[in-house]
Amino acid sequence: MTDAIYTEDHEWLQIEDNVATIGVTDFALEQLGDVVFVELPDVGAELSAGDEAAVVESVKAAGEINSPLSGTVTAVNEALTESPDLLSSAPQTDGWMFKLALDGDVDTSAFMSSDEYQQFVASNA
Amino acid sequence: MYNCFKLTLFDSVETNLMTLEPDVSKTIFHDYHVAAGGKMVPFAGYLMPVQYSEGIMEEHLHCRDNAGLFDVSHMGQVIVKGEGAAAALERLMPVDLQSLKINQQTYATLTNEQGGVLDDLIVTCWTEDTFFLVVNAGCKEQDIAHIQKHLPDFEITYLADRGLLALQGLLAKEVIAELVPEANALVFMNGGHASIEGIEVYITRSGYTGEDGFEISVDAADALALADILLDFDAVEWIGLGARDSLRLEAGLCLYGHDMDENTSPVEAGIIWSISKTRRAGGANEGGFLGADVILDQIANGVSKKRVGFLVDGRAPVREGAEIIDEAGTVVGVITSGGFGPTLQAPVAMGYVPTELAVIGTQLNALVRGKPRPITVTKMPLVPQRYFRG
Repeated sequence: MTDAIYTEDHEWLQIEDNVATIGVTDFALEQLGDVVFVELPDVGAELSAGDEAAVVESVKAAGEINSPLSGTVTAVNEALTESPDLLSSAPQTDGWMFKLALDGDVDTSAFMSSDEYQQFVASNA
Repeated sequence: MYNCFKLTLFDSVETNLMTLEPDVSKTIFHDYHVAAGGKMVPFAGYLMPVQYSEGIMEEHLHCRDNAGLFDVSHMGQVIVKGEGAAAALERLMPVDLQSLKINQQTYATLTNEQGGVLDDLIVTCWTEDTFFLVVNAGCKEQDIAHIQKHLPDFEITYLADRGLLALQGLLAKEVIAELVPEANALVFMNGGHASIEGIEVYITRSGYTGEDGFEISVDAADALALADILLDFDAVEWIGLGARDSLRLEAGLCLYGHDMDENTSPVEAGIIWSISKTRRAGGANEGGFLGADVILDQIANGVSKKRVGFLVDGRAPVREGAEIIDEAGTVVGVITSGGFGPTLQAPVAMGYVPTELAVIGTQLNALVRGKPRPITVTKMPLVPQRYFRG
């Protein structure tokens, strides 16, 4: 497995064979509070970077997850529909949200490493 | 004796606070909230805990099943005093204050000349000529100005240095039974002066959760000691504004400024029960309050829109501002508050629709991020109220 990389919007990505597995970070979920509903994109949907891809609803607020890269949705984590709490209990494993077959080679230099993300969170808390 | 100051000083104190802390004030319990892991957010000019470390879901369920402690000190505690205060206040609210017994309280709305609602409040009769008002935090300054404008000959006192705590939930009465047995004999919407381990309080059996519970007004100097006494019980935990909102939503209670405002009347808001029979057409004290012509006409001839409750299909919450559409896709109304109900384990919402659609069982859709979500007009409350009526 490659190391996860992070966005300033508190998403994590793990890219393997040009397919990105995408989810949200522990920090973002903690801010949002108890998750009650997750809306996932349709498999086959073509997303451009910045497009709204998914929504996480907590008791009090809704958080929109925008696609960090452009590509085609190849799989979604159906288990989240039944058990939205998976997102909070295992955000970077069982709580993955969707997989994106990326359009060509992507430049990931704008994303953060785990350490950089921790620093980013600490400086923005 | 209450340590209070006159309205004339209100502005200068506000100004002092503003210079120290622009835009936001803190309640006396601020440091307690922070120590309890409170996530502090600005609300109605105060830094208030939206939740503590347990989170909204846990806090909500804890309150229903155990006892929740709420800091509601941001709300306005106001005394209106003077000969004929009951009759005078009745010019501003469609309730029967002259029949209230000493220490009895009523829910009321401050109406405007158009029949809209300036605020909703609880009015308690302290003496024949002294009434204790608890008003919304975001409205208190304008409420006081409004009352003073219409009742210039009465003494209006804002109790700036009193805290207000609400203890709500199934076990609230067990806690109060140990501390103030006589208060446990109170029935819903009644109160009295009492002493809790030597601390003088005014305690009423009331609240905003749908549960049995108490609201306790206390001098700021004793407020922290009172909180310590209450928090010492295993059943008692702090509950934040987030759970306060989901609790009142499930209980079908209006949130002023959202489910009701100066452009909606009590009749449209579905709280016609709050208008005393004596103030309605044919009553002994008919009309005579601001907007009476509009409101009495609405009671007689109906209204074109009404507030209703909704059950929502699925688990996605439908929130404030979502448009309500009919079968043809025409926008017919709007959601005024909504969220996820932790007790119900389902989303719950309220909103306004045309009267012909405000029939229990009517199927409509709410637009959530552009997608229609089926909603059904339903009887409120969605979670049964458990007030103690004796």
